[in-house]
Amino acid sequence: MGTHSHHHDYNFSEQYKFAGTAKVLSLVAIVVGIVAVAFGMLSSDHIIVERTYANLLLMGYYFTCVCAAGAFFVALQLVTQSGWSAGLIRIPQAMASILPIASIILFIIIALGLTTHNLYHHWHAEGLIDPNSPNYDALVAGKASYLNMPWFLGRQIIFMGLYSVFAVILAKLSYNEDLVGGLSSYKQSFKLSAIFLVIFGFTTPIWSFDTIMSLEAHWFSTMFGWYNFAAMWVSGLCVIALILIFLKKAGYMSWVNENHLHDLGKLIFGFSIFWTYVWFAQFMLIWYANIPEETVYFYKRFEPEYKLWFWINIIINFVAPLLLLVDRDAKRRLNMMAFVCILLLLGHWLDYYIMIMPGTVETHRGFGFIEVGTAIGFMGIFIFLVMNKLSRHPLAAKNHPFLDESLHHQI
Amino acid sequence: MSNTKYILGSFADPDEMMHGIDKLQASNISIYDCFTPMPIHGIEAKLGVKPSRLPIAAFIFGATGTVLGFSLLYYTMAYDWPMNVGGKPSLPLPNFVPVTFEVTILLCALGMVATFFFRNHLFPGRTPRVMDLRATDDRFIIAIDANENTDHALIDNLLKEAGAVEVKYNDRKYVSYE
Repeated sequence: MGTHSHHHDYNFSEQYKFAGTAKVLSLVAIVVGIVAVAFGMLSSDHIIVERTYANLLLMGYYFTCVCAAGAFFVALQLVTQSGWSAGLIRIPQAMASILPIASIILFIIIALGLTTHNLYHHWHAEGLIDPNSPNYDALVAGKASYLNMPWFLGRQIIFMGLYSVFAVILAKLSYNEDLVGGLSSYKQSFKLSAIFLVIFGFTTPIWSFDTIMSLEAHWFSTMFGWYNFAAMWVSGLCVIALILIFLKKAGYMSWVNENHLHDLGKLIFGFSIFWTYVWFAQFMLIWYANIPEETVYFYKRFEPEYKLWFWINIIINFVAPLLLLVDRDAKRRLNMMAFVCILLLLGHWLDYYIMIMPGTVETHRGFGFIEVGTAIGFMGIFIFLVMNKLSRHPLAAKNHPFLDESLHHQI
Repeated sequence: MSNTKYILGSFADPDEMMHGIDKLQASNISIYDCFTPMPIHGIEAKLGVKPSRLPIAAFIFGATGTVLGFSLLYYTMAYDWPMNVGGKPSLPLPNFVPVTFEVTILLCALGMVATFFFRNHLFPGRTPRVMDLRATDDRFIIAIDANENTDHALIDNLLKEAGAVEVKYNDRKYVSYE
């Protein structure tokens, strides 16, 4: 803006100190998670074991999605050459940096669940594709060239491997920019982001078909990929906003203000509506066409065990952000945003729960120590890894070409 | 008394204009309005401009659209000539959502554009009300009501000190396209 040079007293090299209560609580959460998973895994009741696997898949997927959303956020800001987010870009970068760890955890869960027949047993079981077997399933046999263990696990490695490589390189380029300055890091990141977004956009729907939709392999929906992307993006944005609010409250990042939070709030609001749009489009088409092979999915979710949660899902993920975030001032208040973000993160846990449970534990649905404990455990891992990563680098990308624009952001 | 109605300080740089606003406000001179060829961050807060009420209009138009869209569907599909489509109930609410939604968006968008045009006197045939033509091109204008602020010499001084390229004393409020 113009000829004036602006003088700031911001300390762009300030670093987050990950210690004290935050560190202790995240470690305690990890222990709670390990206890809950061990309690479930060591149970002699196979239903409890299966339920534990389903919960591990839920949280492993959620964890990976949130980290992938961090990478997507970074790439999106680069490709659109956005200035507003330059001041807070270190938060999604830290999330992107731990995507490889999240991917490995999810891969182990998927591989173990698949080989022990606790997950994906709709398409991976004895004799399903053998015409002479009493278990023969013509529909599954028809999909066997795609849905078979080696190719399924191979796709998981390819997809999550690609996302992880791009995520780590994008974060590294920015950390490197702090040291060398200049535009070379930015230009390189710009190119990589464009390639990453194309790969990510085309493969995330397939990745969610594999990871979640194939739990009920007889059913399919082309909307499912975008529905999952919407959930991933909203929850990722909520996590970015929550970490930002936490850091602001702890006295860090003085250069980020309510204008930046407002923009995050608008994205969360808008993509909650987008989530509803895709959710409803999928639901309405199936409801309208009323074809048994499609309605089976919602039939299960209208059983008494799930029906209440099915509707609560819509209230939390659509009605709540619609009413709570529509007001301009609401998006600019730290406490209000924190409340809505926590609510939406719980909401998308429920969203994934409704996606996963009817295809795994079916009527043996449970909500207890295993569910809460696993969720707390993964939250602990996430907080520990992300906060640890955040503490390793300055909280501002001081050589980011748009940092100055971010400081003057006003809406 | 002169016939001057408005004093216009014309700046070539937005930062200098912002500086000019500060100087005038520090001397308790009320600013009528500012005109700039592009949005300037922070100018509304500085001038104390009230937030736009356009969202309220948008909500009312949107709500009207919801009611209209739903009424149309209800009347045609459920009341006047109930239709059995695929064995669905005669009031198939999920089917009504897309159309109701679309009419809501349509009325909301058209209503907002109409409100904006009405509020800014921008309709076909209307001569634009412009206080300084160059504010639509390359100048940043501070307009001061000359009757409310009588110390014209001080205003002239302050504006020039802040870096005004030109100070105009206009007898008419608006210059129109001639």
